[in-house]
Amino acid sequence: MKKRSFTKLIAVVGVFATLLLVLAGCGNSKKSSSQSNNPSSVQQIKKNGTIRIAVFGDLPPYGWVNKDGKRVGYDVTLAHKVAKDLGVKVKFVQVNANNRVDALNSNKVDLVLANFTVTPERKQVIDFAKPYMKVSVGVVSPKSKPITSASQLKGKNVIVTKGTTAENYFTSKQPDVKLLKFDSKTQQFNALKNGRGVALADDNSYLYAWSKDNPKYTVGIKSIGPKSYIAPAVKKGNKSLLNWTNKEIDKLTKQSFFVKDYNTQLKPYFGKEVKPSDIVLPVK
Amino acid sequence: MDHSGISVLFEGTNFQRLLGGLWVTVRIAAVALIIGLILGVILGVLRTFKNRPLRIILRLYLEFFRVVPTVVLLFLFYYILPREMNFNLPGDQLATLVFALWVAAEMSDIVRGALISVPQHQKESGKAIGLNRYQLYRYVLIPQAISLEIPATINLATRVIKTTSLLLLISVMDVINIGQQIIEANNHTHPTGVFWVYGLIFLFYFLIDYPLSWWAKRLEKKRLERANG
Repeated sequence: MKKRSFTKLIAVVGVFATLLLVLAGCGNSKKSSSQSNNPSSVQQIKKNGTIRIAVFGDLPPYGWVNKDGKRVGYDVTLAHKVAKDLGVKVKFVQVNANNRVDALNSNKVDLVLANFTVTPERKQVIDFAKPYMKVSVGVVSPKSKPITSASQLKGKNVIVTKGTTAENYFTSKQPDVKLLKFDSKTQQFNALKNGRGVALADDNSYLYAWSKDNPKYTVGIKSIGPKSYIAPAVKKGNKSLLNWTNKEIDKLTKQSFFVKDYNTQLKPYFGKEVKPSDIVLPVK
Repeated sequence: MDHSGISVLFEGTNFQRLLGGLWVTVRIAAVALIIGLILGVILGVLRTFKNRPLRIILRLYLEFFRVVPTVVLLFLFYYILPREMNFNLPGDQLATLVFALWVAAEMSDIVRGALISVPQHQKESGKAIGLNRYQLYRYVLIPQAISLEIPATINLATRVIKTTSLLLLISVMDVINIGQQIIEANNHTHPTGVFWVYGLIFLFYFLIDYPLSWWAKRLEKKRLERANG
């Protein structure tokens, strides 16, 4: 009996020791690996002949899959343009809101074009290029019980998707609001429809589109918190691709590529409530 | 309006894409099970040996894969290991690897349990007629252990197939991930599509898993009939 419990003890201690070793390994190798070689530099991408771009697969009209199984949307059109201007093929990697940063940092993708909002917290772990869109957080609620000001949300359940700007904003700036967090857009809207919260917070442009097709709901709060920008993101320290992307965004803005992109991809979804200038950034 | 939700399934190439996703799911589960079962049998046999350090190492391996949730394992192998040690595999291969290691761990325990529950006199009789250790396992212990371990193994297989639904976390285009794409793409026009798509996915999983669990039950019953006359 004694012998067996001793073995068990050793096993438990051993498991923790292994975990510690793994974690310690993480700490040590951090510096050496990031500088040695950059698999996502412009040169390397051209050499490979493909650029790996992270996009959403379930967020119409930005990044989604149509009934023929083709990836389409505002971000996807930009991704095709970027690949064309680099002279390489594009390989899409589908991501969720909360694994966009990890996908970059673990070299799974070269570039993220997944409706990625610039925040100070994210800037610390990845590098953003120049923005190509502006949005702010909006709040959608049923028309029968509309929420029109933030004070109505105190102590109530508000639905958000994990890793989004909306979650960030409410966690840091509105601590009185209870958050119900979900993993995907699909789940968050189902939760709202099932009445699990009084309202749902997400990027306003996206909510405009959603409420257009769900006339029982209204975007009661059009803009809450600071305006924010959506930009391509690269791995921290990837200067080569960052500089190239900045130039590309400047060039495309001048060619009013984004207005065209808006008109083909976003306009059919947003209706008359929204104008291109609400979304696309002006030429400087 | 009510029946319009079902049309989501057959619009464009949606149905083929769902089947394609199911194929990815089944392929990952099947390859992982084959590799995992072979590795698990070897590890399980090794765990019945008297060698202490060997048993401790294998026990640690088992506990690690049993204690750490599969979600965490997938995350660790897909996002954290590549960052730290330049170990990079595409999502579906990596998923196969993680599942194979997990199956091997669970299987080693099933095999060990089956081997030590073969009656002691069988082992002693084998030794008495002069079988060496390899022959003892090959002709006496393993054949008798197999019938004991089959039901548990099939249950493990059904668990593995169900757990593949976590793969959407690491960007594998499995049946759940494709289902969500289709739901979102059609949410505006067919709000009831959610029900049909998840319903179909449920049916897919059921059609794969139910025959397996039925088979396991039948084998178990047969074994009991044989053992108890």
